[in-house]
Amino acid sequence: MRFLLVEDNMDLAQAVMDCLALDGHAIDHARDLASAQDCINAAPYDLILLDIMLPDGDGRDFLARHRRNANSTPVIVLTARSEVSDRVGLLDLGADDYITKPFDFTELEARCRAVLRRQGGVADNVRSFGGAELDSLAGAIRAGGESHPLRNRELRLLEVFFTSPGQIFSKSHLMDRLFSFSDDVSENAIEVYIGRLRRKLEGSGARIETVRGLGYRLVEAT
Amino acid sequence: MKRRSYRTSIRRRLLLQLFTMAALLSLAFFLVVRAVAERAAADTQDNILLASATSIADAIYSEQGAVAVDLPYSALSMLGSISEDRVFYRVLIGEETLTGYDDLPLPSPAQGEFETFMFRGEEVRSATVTRTVSSGGSKERATVIVAQTRLGLAAISQRISGMAAVVGFGFLLVATALSLVAAQSALAPLNRMTQSVARRGPDDLRPVDTQTPSELVPLVDALNSFMARLKASLTQSEEFIAEAAHRVRTPLATVRAQAQMTLRRSEKPENKASLRAMIRAVDESSRSAGQLLDHAMVSLRTDQLQDEVFDLVELTQDTVAHLRPTADLKDIAISVELYVETLPIRGDEILMQNALRNVLDNAIKYSPEDSDITVRITEEPRISFVDQGRGFSADDLGDITKRFSRGANVGDIVGSGLGLTIADEVMRAHGGTLEIAPNEEGRGSCVSLVYPRD
Repeated sequence: MRFLLVEDNMDLAQAVMDCLALDGHAIDHARDLASAQDCINAAPYDLILLDIMLPDGDGRDFLARHRRNANSTPVIVLTARSEVSDRVGLLDLGADDYITKPFDFTELEARCRAVLRRQGGVADNVRSFGGAELDSLAGAIRAGGESHPLRNRELRLLEVFFTSPGQIFSKSHLMDRLFSFSDDVSENAIEVYIGRLRRKLEGSGARIETVRGLGYRLVEAT
Repeated sequence: MKRRSYRTSIRRRLLLQLFTMAALLSLAFFLVVRAVAERAAADTQDNILLASATSIADAIYSEQGAVAVDLPYSALSMLGSISEDRVFYRVLIGEETLTGYDDLPLPSPAQGEFETFMFRGEEVRSATVTRTVSSGGSKERATVIVAQTRLGLAAISQRISGMAAVVGFGFLLVATALSLVAAQSALAPLNRMTQSVARRGPDDLRPVDTQTPSELVPLVDALNSFMARLKASLTQSEEFIAEAAHRVRTPLATVRAQAQMTLRRSEKPENKASLRAMIRAVDESSRSAGQLLDHAMVSLRTDQLQDEVFDLVELTQDTVAHLRPTADLKDIAISVELYVETLPIRGDEILMQNALRNVLDNAIKYSPEDSDITVRITEEPRISFVDQGRGFSADDLGDITKRFSRGANVGDIVGSGLGLTIADEVMRAHGGTLEIAPNEEGRGSCVSLVYPRD
């Protein structure tokens, strides 16, 4: 997926880009509204992350103009202002969602996925590996002719594996991708989810392999 | 707002003054008319008495050394024309009574021509005429006294007084009615201005531009300048809050984002632990700062509550939709149970949305992994958030909505204790209540926003 991030704070922008890159997205960065407009004119985007207070204007004006031009690319607004006054106005202007700074990356990723899923019809909604099909839109895994519904975290975990098959992910890395900061969970929780997923992948051509001392990876079943 | 007592009503004062003036004028009118009428009647009687006495005196003549009088008929008949009053007369020559009532007293020299005295049990008025008649070379002094009772006069003056009283009273009535109209029309511009200000919405701070008489212009100018200052100050406060939020949140966002990215990359447990502590601290301060600013904004807005109609069902569903991804992160399922299709209510949509979000956010924060939150919307109108979290203990229920107060069992969950305070304030500003009860199914709690019935 290709995202456009419009944010004038370089440090924050860099961190957000690094985070979303982990999910396999390509992110372009614009520091102000003028360069954001150039980006939109040059390439199609799947999602725009838009800051409100920008050096050359108000993000809300940009959003209104964007919608007037009948551009349907979903927009998530990053707001640092008081939530009280902004929310209703933002949604009325055509924002698909908003997130208040400072935000948890896990929540940002979740909101991006939710907006993209709502948008629907995106090619990446179904990923397959080794005969198993992961349907992000339906929240299900199809393996060996059977379809298993997935809870949110199971889906999230499988998405991480299916994005980079063969790559080894450490337990702590998976923890960080799965849990936000308000959750206080032990690393053993990951084992519970891995166990559940292994059962749901049974009979398909894919399995999750434990790499002793390092973590887990998705491999083709032999 | 407290109702002030209207001790100094301009209208009442104006009416009282006009009425007093009219009453005094009516009384003066009555007194003057009565005095003039009585005077006129008395003068008439005096003139007739004098004419009668003069004509009797003219009829005195001397014949062969003797003085005699031929009482002319007209002298007494002219007196009869006034009324049925009784008439007395006495003609004296020197000290001797020639004819008439000899007990009719002689006028005292000091009294002049006319005199009023009691005679035979009745008040009488008398006129006295003296003549000198010559009889047989000597000159005699002749005195004619004509007296009449005053019954007719009293009747006339009573009739005139009655009429004067009726006219005076009529004048008073008309004057009172006119003062009512005058007071009304004098105060009309003031009432118009009051209404044009009172009809406004709470956030309508445009200058007053109704037509006002020149006396009210300073007041209107003062009012307009006051409203302009109020508007500027409100706008400034809102901008300040928004700006403060931006200033506080932006650097925190940078710190948090970088800390989280470093955390994801770092593998050493001790580094991870300290990064987690750092993020927790950032979360705590940003949450507190955010809610303090939210609270300031809520207080500001409750002072000038918007009055618009919106659908509570739609607003609740919007709020749930926004927080669903947050709940998903903890595998918390939010289900919405609708017992009504729509719930149009009057109030401040932004504030209500804020209350709903705070309560639901609270429920998600304190709910365990893999649990359910039920949002129930009933016709009352009542919105209940039922969770399976740690709930509130009985000790907490009393003051959980107080500022910065948190339940006894919050553990290590990041929070400022303002969430329910904000919701409670919003509900009270709308005339509703925030109810907190244990979840009937045992574990957890049920927080309800109850909106007043119309």
